[in-house]
Order: sequence, then structure tokens, then C-alpha cells
Amino acid sequence: MITGAAPIITARLVHGDSHTLERYLATGGYEGLRAALAMTPEAVREQVDKASLLGRGGAGFPAGRKWSMLRKAEITYLVVNGDESEPATFKDHLLVERDPHQVIEGTIIAAYALGVSQAFIFCRGEFALGMERLQQACNDAYEHGALGAGIFGSSFSLDLVVHPGAGAYICGEETALLESLEGKRGFPRIKPPYFPAVIGLYGAPTVVNNIETMSNLPWIVTNGGDAFAALGHGSSTGTRLFALSGRVERTGWYELEMSKTTFRDLIYDASLGGGIRGGGELKAFIPGGVSAPWFGPDHLDLGLDQEAVGAAGSMLGSGSVVVMDHTTCVVRAAWRITRFFARESCGQCTPCREGSGWLEKILLRIEEGNGRDADLDLLMDVCDNLAPGISWPPQQTTICVLGSSIPSSIASAIRMFRDEFLVHVKEGGCPMAPSR
Amino acid sequence: MAHLSDENMERARRLVAVYPERRSALIPLCHLAQGQDGWLTPEAMEDIAELVGVTPAEVYGTATFYDMLHTEPVGRHVIAVCTNIACMLEGAYELLEHIEEHLGARVGQTTEDGEFTVEEAECLAGCDAAPCVQVNHRFFGPLDSAGFDRLADDLRAGRLAGEVPRHGVLCRVERSVGLEASSAEGAERRERTS
Repeated sequence: MITGAAPIITARLVHGDSHTLERYLATGGYEGLRAALAMTPEAVREQVDKASLLGRGGAGFPAGRKWSMLRKAEITYLVVNGDESEPATFKDHLLVERDPHQVIEGTIIAAYALGVSQAFIFCRGEFALGMERLQQACNDAYEHGALGAGIFGSSFSLDLVVHPGAGAYICGEETALLESLEGKRGFPRIKPPYFPAVIGLYGAPTVVNNIETMSNLPWIVTNGGDAFAALGHGSSTGTRLFALSGRVERTGWYELEMSKTTFRDLIYDASLGGGIRGGGELKAFIPGGVSAPWFGPDHLDLGLDQEAVGAAGSMLGSGSVVVMDHTTCVVRAAWRITRFFARESCGQCTPCREGSGWLEKILLRIEEGNGRDADLDLLMDVCDNLAPGISWPPQQTTICVLGSSIPSSIASAIRMFRDEFLVHVKEGGCPMAPSR
Repeated sequence: MAHLSDENMERARRLVAVYPERRSALIPLCHLAQGQDGWLTPEAMEDIAELVGVTPAEVYGTATFYDMLHTEPVGRHVIAVCTNIACMLEGAYELLEHIEEHLGARVGQTTEDGEFTVEEAECLAGCDAAPCVQVNHRFFGPLDSAGFDRLADDLRAGRLAGEVPRHGVLCRVERSVGLEASSAEGAERRERTS
């Protein structure tokens, strides 16, 4: 069901100049921060707890709980993760380019709630325009008195640095992001500690939150956590930005009330995806970024709900839905996704570094007509080395979850379309049109 | 004698000053150096090493981890063609093949006139405009073959100079303020505003 819930984080985007301070102020901008400063930090945290805001980066960890883990220390940092690189995910890209002040206001509110005086926004390097707009917004926010010393005349001070990434998917993993922010190669850190709240940037307690998570905070503080929690259902509260791509009529971003809206709504409703391109047939869809196991037509009536999608064997992840239709070759799709992981593996752990490359090679030879009868078993065997048991959520044999995410698409494709793989092997090539 | 220009040295020092530890400025400084030279030269890496207090080898070791940092010269326009899943479903590989033929340069190569370098990119987060490409990190899409040919013509003729800065220039907006939360300047401002 498509509910009439008003957009929370994309409301301003009807304006062409939504990225400017002028428009931001004319549309209620920095009112949330003023409201927050009139409250105690504890009271702000309480509202975020009430909102039950789940982190919007991919793991879906409750933001409030992440905050409560922050060890009390003299120096603490807040780092906002804008290194969005999960294939088919383009929501943070939208938010930094079109509403950078909202990101910054949310960041200031979070910093106030946490008692942090130094924050960083790590922006994906490839978002050159987004970075320009974030930096301009940061400059303007200082000028406006929303950043720097004595924010809006209060005793709260915060410095914010907009930091550019340099092109590496793995830096979206929060400990790799911190390494990168320290000027190093983006190698994920060995766990435990599991959370940067224990040991983070420069070894100090650090909270890492996603861009979209931050963007929700001005609204939550202005309207109250209860109003946010009234949207959605169960643990999936509020609205969420979904990125729809692939073989639908209307690709794009849609801010939808969580849980109540279904995948069928998102893909088929005339006001959203508008159905499969050219009236074609849905073959499969990825419900939450390429690290997520695939779904088929049977799953269309599932709600856009973190728990429900998890219980059905996949994840809502980064909120990006990729639609494959009857013209899509699933071997090729699985190969391309695996090739991505092979290219982006940081190389620290053997199962991931070696396994991703082998999997890519085997999938490519099947697609190109050189597959062998034993290749399906071989694929599953290598997958088993990356995520023993190939269960969901996956078991890990590597420092970070990149490795254990690789089997998702391969195991899904083989499980759902075994015959299509076998046809490739038997007939010595791909039966589909070349491109898809 | 520094390789970075005086102006860029000044910029570099300001960048270093906004981080609690100066090594954090390493990647921003690599972007700055690329903005000057179009790629990351060994001479620039020596300057960066000195500015952030590490060895040139450590700068090189860090830079080579990242796709956007080029330790070899590249063309004036770097064409990054996304072929990841969402773009692939919209014909990105056909587009890439066309681009390679049209420019006469394969992935990883630069045209003889030094105008274009072709790269195969991972998802650029432009999936609602698939297939998409970035030219010097500016988005174009959805693109078909004819659309790309027009784009290449425009780039060659300099008609997009305003939208597409020369390669290496990432962010054309500079930070206008230093740190305030713990500085004397900040304390003064707090006095003024409260």
C-alpha cells in the first residue's frame, strides 16, 4: 500500500535551489537545530531513541543504540559516512547534492546529542558536485552561526570538516573509512572491538553514522520521536529513501513509508516504478544492494520492512532495488556483481581476495560457453569457503563482511535459475541477447 | 624547491591545519596535487610526504589503493564508464565497446592526442540515469552511442569547459574558515555572538 505519508528527507527537493542556504532557511532549515539547542543533549538522544531510527547505511543498526555505546572520553569524534558505493545505491548521492544543509544540520544535532566538538563528513570522492555543494553549505553554515564557536549563541561549539574519499568501495565499511580518514589504505580493522565507539578515529571513541540517518534528525527533533515512530511498523519506523534501478519503466528514488509499502508497489505502481519495461516479465529482483540475496516474484508482497525482509532470507540493506526481467541473463548478472567484489576486495583476507577472483573466472567461463559440468558445485564450494554453510545472515571467514557478501548473488542465481546455468554449460554459451 | 606551486602550498597548509592529525590530510593533498598536474607525480608525492610527516613511499602506498588517484599520466578528460549491474542491464558494455572504438583507446589507455583516457568504473551511484559515465567526475547519462559522440565532440571543442573542470580538479569550493571550536579566534567569536 502506498500511504500518504509526507516525505521527511526529500520534501525540499521540489525546489531547484534546494541546496542553497537561502532556500534551506525559507523551508524551515536549522529550526531543528535551534529546537535541539533548547533541549538538553539527553533529551535529544531520548527523541532519537523514541524514533527507533534504524541506521540507513546498510546494516540497519539502531542509531540511538549506537550512540549509547559511545565511551565517555575527553576526545570523541562523529564521522558521517557518505562513501556510498554499494552498486545500485544512489540515495546519499542525492542527499549531498540536493540537500547538503539537511545533512549538516543533522550532523550538528547528532554532535550536540553526543557532546562531540569535532565532526567529519566523509564524502565519496566521485561525487564532485556533491562535495562542492557540501563544502559550500559548510562554509555558509559557519557564516550563519550554525557551525563553529558558540552555535546560535549557545555554549555548544562544533567544527565540521568535509573530507573527500578517493574511490574505494571498501571505505564504506566503517573501520576502513576511519583508516582512510587517517590517511591510509582502506583496510578494515580486525574485530573486536566491533564498534568504533570503543576504538575509532585516532584510537578515540567515535560514532559513525550514515548520511541518510543524519538527514532524518532535523525532522525528528522538530516533530518528535513519537511522530517518526508512528510511521512504518514494528522496528521499521519512519520513511526511507529507496533507489530503484534496472528493468522498470521509471527508475529513480522514492521516499516511502517503511513496512507498509511493498516491493510490488515500488516496482509496479504507476506513480513509482511503473512496472517492467515494455510490459515484460519480472524475473528476479535484488531487495537491498548487491550484497543481498535475490528475491523472485513470490516475494513481491513483502513490505519494505527490515525484519520481514530479513526473515525471508535477504536484507533491505542500503535500500536499493535492482529489477531483472525476462531478458536478463542471470549468469551474466551474477558474474558482473562478483567481478565488482573481486575488484573491490582490499586483499587482506585469503578467502575474499582469492575466492572472489576464482568465482569471477568460473562465472565468466560459463557465460562464455566454456563451463564444465562440475562448475556449479565448484562455485558453491568456493562460496562455502567465504560464508560457511551459505546461510543467511552469512557466517564470516574474513575481517569484514565484503567477503561473506560475495556468495549472495551466486547462491541466489544458482538456487533460483539452476536450469539456466545448465543450459549455458550444455549449449556452450549464453542463450540470451548479448547485453543483458 | 617544492613542486607544488606557492599558492597550492598555502592551500595544502590550510588543509593540514583542519585535521587533528596531519596524516589525515594525505588524500585531500593528493587530490590537490592532481588538481595542479592532472595526475599524482613523484615530485608532488615528496611534497605531500613532507607536509603530512610520512615517507614518499607511504604516500605512494596509500595512493595506489584508490581508483581516483593516478600515479601515471592520464588524458585531459578521463571517461569513466560504469558497467556495474544497473548500467549493464541498460547496455553499458555495448556503450563501452562503442566508446573504445570511437576514441581508438581501450580501457586503461589514453588517446594519442592526450585528450581522453577510458576507464571501466564500478557503480558511480547514477543508476537512475543508466548507462552513465563520468567525465572528470562529472555525471552524464543516460547515454547511447550517439549521445556519447556528441559529448566527445563537445569536450574536444571545449564547449563543456565550465561544467567539466580539467582532470584532477575535484572540488572547486574551498573551505573558507579554520577551526573554531577550540581556537582563540573561536572564543572571540563566541564572545561577540553571545
